Amino acid sequence: MPELTIETAGQTTVMLFSGRLDATGVAGVWDTAVKTVENPGQAKIRIDLGSVDYMDMAGATFISHVLCLAGGTPTEQSDCLTGVKKEFTPLLEMAEKTKDQTSAPPPKDSYIKKTGKDLVASLEDARVFITMVGEITAALFSCLKNPGRVRWADTWMVAERSGVNALPIVALISFIVGLVMAFQAAIPMRMFGAEIYVANLIGIAMVRELGPLMTAIVLAGRSASAFAAEIGTMKINEEIDALTVMGMEPIKFLIVPRIIAATLITPLLTVFSNLVGILGGMVVILSFGYPPIAYYNQVVGFVSWEDLAGGLLKCFVFGLLIAATGCIRGYQTLRGPSAVGDATTRAVVSSIILIAVFDGIFSIIFFYLGI
Amino acid sequence: MNDTIINVRHLFAGYNNNAIMEDLNFDVQSGEVFVILGGSGCGKSTVLKHMIGLVPPVSGQVLIHGEDMVAARGKERNRLLAGIGVAFQNGALFGSMTVLENIMLPLIEFTDLPRKAIEAIARVKLNLVDMGHALYLLPDELSGGMKKRAAIARAMALDPAILFLDEPSAGLDPLTSAELDRLILELARTLKITFVIVTHELESILTISDQVIMLGKEKKGIIAQGDPKKLKADPSNPYVYNFFNRNPS
Repeated sequence: MPELTIETAGQTTVMLFSGRLDATGVAGVWDTAVKTVENPGQAKIRIDLGSVDYMDMAGATFISHVLCLAGGTPTEQSDCLTGVKKEFTPLLEMAEKTKDQTSAPPPKDSYIKKTGKDLVASLEDARVFITMVGEITAALFSCLKNPGRVRWADTWMVAERSGVNALPIVALISFIVGLVMAFQAAIPMRMFGAEIYVANLIGIAMVRELGPLMTAIVLAGRSASAFAAEIGTMKINEEIDALTVMGMEPIKFLIVPRIIAATLITPLLTVFSNLVGILGGMVVILSFGYPPIAYYNQVVGFVSWEDLAGGLLKCFVFGLLIAATGCIRGYQTLRGPSAVGDATTRAVVSSIILIAVFDGIFSIIFFYLGI
Repeated sequence: MNDTIINVRHLFAGYNNNAIMEDLNFDVQSGEVFVILGGSGCGKSTVLKHMIGLVPPVSGQVLIHGEDMVAARGKERNRLLAGIGVAFQNGALFGSMTVLENIMLPLIEFTDLPRKAIEAIARVKLNLVDMGHALYLLPDELSGGMKKRAAIARAMALDPAILFLDEPSAGLDPLTSAELDRLILELARTLKITFVIVTHELESILTISDQVIMLGKEKKGIIAQGDPKKLKADPSNPYVYNFFNRNPS
């Protein structure tokens, strides 16, 4: 560790350094040295490095910084320095040469300016999103006219990854939702001897609301993020640019197969989710001593085809939203290491927001249609 | 420039017990610019990763100041690592931090210096590599050459005695590459830093290196060693001669 001895000789304060002036050692003397130099009663400073055994760039920077604080012209500053060993001279010269070449920090935006910038960025984001929705819609119609142009191999592969591979997680979540809901509903209903009507509640809630919603949320977390990450990585690796310059349309090539696959598998997954959720409710009812047929009759007698169709229509739209959002957010990926992570987060958040908004819209529409 | 700072002894380089280089032995002298070169895929970067303790070799020793980097564990390893700096091929700057914050990070983590002191040191390091104008930029906003210079500044943050550079000139235009060569030479000569550089950029090798070793894929070892200018002029080993003179055989 270096040592700093401060002596006064007439009008001059002498700072005697000894030992190792490196990054570790400088930490121990930095504050003392700076306070000494900044003392307003100070007339003249002299820095003696005669007893310094070792100096690196951190030490040279420190000496240069102290000299700078001491003020005066460069010549006066160098006169303040005594006992400099030959091997330290290049370091001190380099530190002196390089200390004042840095740029100032950029000015911070005021709150109003920052809010304005955020608003402009949000509007721009919305504009790009809407434009892409338009382009995707046009591409989908174009593919509907010419189904042969759809990349069906890719579509089936995505359907398998997003659909078949999602069956276990959809089953687990739906079963638990059905089970928990049945238990919670059974507590008040039991007070009136109406446990069997838990079956009606589970049936209608799963088919109309929870089946589509749970499936959509699982797909948003699983598939929208995957689509955003895949397409985002392709964007960063310039694969999308490569497709464009080869004359292929990235939207038709990458996005349309994902949207078709997700839109087709979401209703299928929802039907599966409904069945497993209802099964979860049945476990509770059976535990109350009712036979399975009683539960079955209650569900089938209460849930109508309109309920099922309404739920499936919703999840068809959810599938479209999830896939489109995931792909668009991936397509909007910027540069940099956090870009794919940001795109993935935005894909999941946007998907869930859109699912919630559209679920509300469907509820209002179904209410007025009397479904 | 006479003390040996790194000794590589019986190093079998590779992954998962598959040696792609066998029984490598070489020494790096203090203060020299030492270049590891060879054809693409011969294992240059793997050897470098063994030397910096990032990947354990199949077997062998890498002695830095006489202490084995391969065998070092825990605090001993951290102490050895504090004495070296590494600049990776693409810079490996932390994307969420400004250039200045990238350089300040090791100083914050490994010293007790006050914040102002850390910033002053980081600024000097960035000025050394001519990046004083880019302190508050994010790595995304830098060109390839700027990223490499900032990476060198970060590697120098703690004033290491040895700097390892992986492909410093790769992907740079000739002017930027020459500028980087000048910087390496200046740092080596002024600050007495020992450089170990992996590259196959001939211009750079001939400009900056004091000593090279050339790795051969087929021989799985060192096929040439010494002053690059002498190797370029020596036709006794046709592969090495053709490599240095860009003659496809």
